[in-house]
Amino acid sequence: MRIDCKHVWQHISAYIDGEVDAALRVEIDKHLETCEICSAVLDSTHNVIVLIADDRVFRLPAGFSDRLHARIDREFESASPA
Amino acid sequence: MTAPDPQFEADCIRRILAGERQLFHDLIRPCERPIFFLLMSLLRNEAEAEDAAQDTAIKVYLNLKNFRGDSQFRTWVLSIARNEGLGRLRKAGSRREDSLDADTDDQTGDYTPAILTSWREIPSETLEREQLGILLRNAVEALPEIYRNVVLLRDIEEMDVRETAAALGITEGAVKVRLHRARALLQRDLAPQLKGFAPEKRSQGKGLFGWFKSMRLEA
Repeated sequence: MRIDCKHVWQHISAYIDGEVDAALRVEIDKHLETCEICSAVLDSTHNVIVLIADDRVFRLPAGFSDRLHARIDREFESASPA
Repeated sequence: MTAPDPQFEADCIRRILAGERQLFHDLIRPCERPIFFLLMSLLRNEAEAEDAAQDTAIKVYLNLKNFRGDSQFRTWVLSIARNEGLGRLRKAGSRREDSLDADTDDQTGDYTPAILTSWREIPSETLEREQLGILLRNAVEALPEIYRNVVLLRDIEEMDVRETAAALGITEGAVKVRLHRARALLQRDLAPQLKGFAPEKRSQGKGLFGWFKSMRLEA
């Protein structure tokens, strides 16, 4: 089986998550060894995933946690035990 | 995000139900981020998402005795958050929720990535630059809703496929398809813009194939 760039792109997400089967992985790896475009697509996709996962990108609003726990305490005062 | 500890959760729940209700603070704390970001994705309004997150926490507390332990606690909490969000959308007369469960996964959209001939890794330290964070947030927020929800839970809150599927009420197959499309859209949108954040070219070190090459060699 020879695979082309489009084929690689279809499986990039599963490849990153380690969810492609062994045979397909070998083919994708072979393709990546010689295809600079697919290697760059793969590396950039992975880089984007790493960056958006960083806690500094998506932060809770300032004081969110304090307000949430204060609300829970108010509920405790007004309600009967669970 | 810290991984859930089922033993700690089960223990906490038992003690809370026996009267140690202050422990609820510790039980809910690890779920705060995913609750808020799921609601933010649904409601697209920070103040309303926060209000809905508080209501979710109270509903979790009041219904704690109904948690059966046949799913992860966090999954159960997120399905309560999702219902809270959908309920608010319905009440507001918004039709946006109609698209949430729409079966759009059989679309054969062509997700051509941004074509690059090389990629220099943008290191996490670059996130100190506020502009980069804004760029990344805008790209995620611009995703269609069904993709944004999946990216938030899978890639940002780092939940697994099964838990994401259960929290969103969709199949695991749908999670994978949506995640793939979301990542492709993010790469297409972000890669050309991110290149400007690349560090100065180094004479050697990580080459064209970046970390994947070393990973493949290790395999």
